[in-house]
Amino acid sequence: MSDPFLSIQNVRKSYGDVTVVKDFSLAVEQGEFVSFLGPSGCGKTTMLRIVAGFEEPSAGNVMIGGQDVTGLRPNQRNIGMVFQSYALFPNMTVAQNVGFGLKVAGVPKAEAAARVDEMLNLISLPQLGDRYPYQLSGGQQQRVALARAMAGKPQVLLLDEPLSALDAKVRVSLRDEIRAIQKAAGITTIFVTHDQEEALSMSDRIVVMHGGMAEQVGTPFEIYNRPTTKFVAGFVGTLNMLDGTVTDPATGAVRIGDDNVVMKQSLNGAKAGDTLSLALRPEAISLGKQPGRDASIGGTISEVSFLGSVIRVRVGLGKDAVSLDTFNNPAAPPPRVGEKTEISFSSADLLVLH
Amino acid sequence: MRRLWPWLALAVGLIYFILPLLGMTEFSLKMRRGVYSFDAYAKVLADPRFQETFTFSVVMALATILFGVLLVVPTAYWVRLKLPRLRPYIEFVTLLPLVIPAIVIVFGYIRLYNTSSWLPLTGSAMGTNILLIFGYATLSLPYMYRAVDTGLRTIDVATLTEAAQSLGAGWVTILARVILPNVLVAVLSGAFVTFAIVLGEFTMAALLNRPAFGPYMQLLGANRAYEPAALAVIAFAITWGCMALIQIVSRFAPKAPVNPH
Repeated sequence: MSDPFLSIQNVRKSYGDVTVVKDFSLAVEQGEFVSFLGPSGCGKTTMLRIVAGFEEPSAGNVMIGGQDVTGLRPNQRNIGMVFQSYALFPNMTVAQNVGFGLKVAGVPKAEAAARVDEMLNLISLPQLGDRYPYQLSGGQQQRVALARAMAGKPQVLLLDEPLSALDAKVRVSLRDEIRAIQKAAGITTIFVTHDQEEALSMSDRIVVMHGGMAEQVGTPFEIYNRPTTKFVAGFVGTLNMLDGTVTDPATGAVRIGDDNVVMKQSLNGAKAGDTLSLALRPEAISLGKQPGRDASIGGTISEVSFLGSVIRVRVGLGKDAVSLDTFNNPAAPPPRVGEKTEISFSSADLLVLH
Repeated sequence: MRRLWPWLALAVGLIYFILPLLGMTEFSLKMRRGVYSFDAYAKVLADPRFQETFTFSVVMALATILFGVLLVVPTAYWVRLKLPRLRPYIEFVTLLPLVIPAIVIVFGYIRLYNTSSWLPLTGSAMGTNILLIFGYATLSLPYMYRAVDTGLRTIDVATLTEAAQSLGAGWVTILARVILPNVLVAVLSGAFVTFAIVLGEFTMAALLNRPAFGPYMQLLGANRAYEPAALAVIAFAITWGCMALIQIVSRFAPKAPVNPH
């Protein structure tokens, strides 16, 4: 196996007694799009700034293209960075902003002008080269910031919550655009976000961060469908948390509410009587018995919310409760609160959390 | 009745400020008996000492502005970027020239840099001129620092610096191509105030025995009648011209982009 293009090895960052990044390691392949996902204060931006060179790690190394860049200044690392606040230079036009890095690098004028044109075409703003940043919308400014970061053909592109300041509609269209541009350029990219939808839709891999550590690293599919910790399960998507009591470790039988479910997953060495933290995605649950779903539990409907095309139902299962959505059927009235019911699901979808 | 008082206060203020100026201007035009004329102005402008001292002060002002910009812009930038906790102390230091009289500063200079000291700057005209520039820069520090600091407050210094660094720029490039152009209007405001201060400054130039405009005005005032009034009007016109220039250049400030926050 070839060496990773970007390698972060056992990085720790402390400010006095407070450690904000703890023993963080990650290997990123060339051209890969990796997202750091986590809540505020989880250390994702600090980790990105360490890769950029704006923060010095207390321990550990950062390697780019086989070279140890830990001791290099940001301007020596050949990275491109896009900031949440765009950070366009107000005194320069769009074209001057995009060409800034090329001018600093001493690229000949004609070559730089051609590259600027190429980048402006790439972000679909070829006609705005003479405008100043204050004459652009937020989305346009962020596209210019992206073009500026990529104009110098950096080894690594770092995106620090670039979509957070934009309105919802622009955010969705720009995230598709960023991903398409990144793919076309084949540039290794690290994207910091607290928005799970952004991370899930854009990334090759996601690093879910919590308390300064990488809680789980995996593809969006793995992160969403196979969260390995309670935190990841709770942070990514909506999740129903349940407690199950192991009744027969040999067969994998677990009691949830008043019913037994035979688990497909390993019980992590749990013994009879142990309590397990289990989780189920709402979309994995159906109301009533359904073909192809091998597990079912009886419960009582405790809440019904009519949301138009969707009806959100909450079902009490002993001391726990689960939420699920069903499509509105005009021919059948929604279930009533207090009604006895049964929920069914595939036991393979029941997650055991650490 | 309520409206009367503000107008009355304004009228009193205007009379207090403008009447002496009008009186002085009128007096400066009365050199020729019985008619108004610009004789006093013509005489002042034709005086070779006026030309010499005015040129000297203009050159000193430009040198002071250059020195001030080189001293204040990197300092204010660095304090804002890396040492924000030092800001109150730096502000205190920059305010000291307002409470320490120029005469104290210049005596300190003479004591430290006289011909028998380790750095005998007063031993030559060039050395004394350099000392005078330092003195003028000190006097203009409260205005220059505040102007630049206010300019820096209008831009996101930290993020712009990091953006430039990520694009390969070093400190000199960042200061010259990113920070300075974005605070240029603030720097120019400070520069015009410095220009006005240097042009009218008397104490330092007189005690260091340099042929500056301030001592010339004082000398003329002691020996002539109409010319000092004409000179005062000229000095006022220059100062007001500087103020007008501050207003004009502030219209050309780079506009901050839409703030995402």
